[in-house]
Amino acid sequence: MPTNNKTFRVSRRDVLSYASAGVLATAGISLFGSVAKADKKMTMDMISKVTGGREAKSGRITLELPQIAENGNTVPLTVEVESPMSDADYVKSVHIYAEDNPLPQVISFHFSPASGMAKASTRMRLAKTQNVIAVAEMSDGSVFQASTEVKVTIGGCGG
Amino acid sequence: MANVKARVKTPSSAKKGEVFEVKSLISHNMESGQRKDKKGNKIPRQIINKFVCTYNGNEVFSSDWHGAVSANPYLAFHVKAVDSGTLDLTWTDDSGAVFNKTAKITVT
Repeated sequence: MPTNNKTFRVSRRDVLSYASAGVLATAGISLFGSVAKADKKMTMDMISKVTGGREAKSGRITLELPQIAENGNTVPLTVEVESPMSDADYVKSVHIYAEDNPLPQVISFHFSPASGMAKASTRMRLAKTQNVIAVAEMSDGSVFQASTEVKVTIGGCGG
Repeated sequence: MANVKARVKTPSSAKKGEVFEVKSLISHNMESGQRKDKKGNKIPRQIINKFVCTYNGNEVFSSDWHGAVSANPYLAFHVKAVDSGTLDLTWTDDSGAVFNKTAKITVT
């Protein structure tokens, strides 16, 4: 049966097409890998989930961070948002992101008019030199965003 | 976490309407879930993920924590003095363990 023979014969063209398919597959894998590692994109996705299409304005947020953090394990952070903190107009939440950490979410603070002041401090881990982003949600639905770069000498996520 | 020690610092008294600072510190490893042990196995995440502060039973401040919060977490925030009473601070970790600390405040 000649047709059967033909199916078993591997032509030069076949070999080439298989090879290129292989190249594409590897390219696909590496592309996927880079997407999974793109924390900046992950951060942007998380922020857009919070803002939900609302435009993040600049201003009102003060982010206090060291310019240079010698130890990435404990980086002091203070965030303050200008607001009258009255029942009608107050800061609902402030979310902090570190865009180059393995997981960008750091902390979320939820305020109420009874807080009196939208200011909070903590200490966080930073894997390397990167931007720290604060997103503030107001009671009237507006969103504010600010970011500061912190240079990290020794990263805080190894081990 | 066998020996979790929580500390809280507030002024003992405040004027009505005054905004005062509450500082807190709790001893906790905050195992981020990113580290590996000597055999290369991932050490599972074990962190405090929720903090809530109530003032005379009303929630005034809360916070969601992720793996990037440092070990032995420090947290400072503000509360407006309304009435004399108790501030109740509660931390909850991944294992469901709840740590609690209260502070009294006299409002004049």
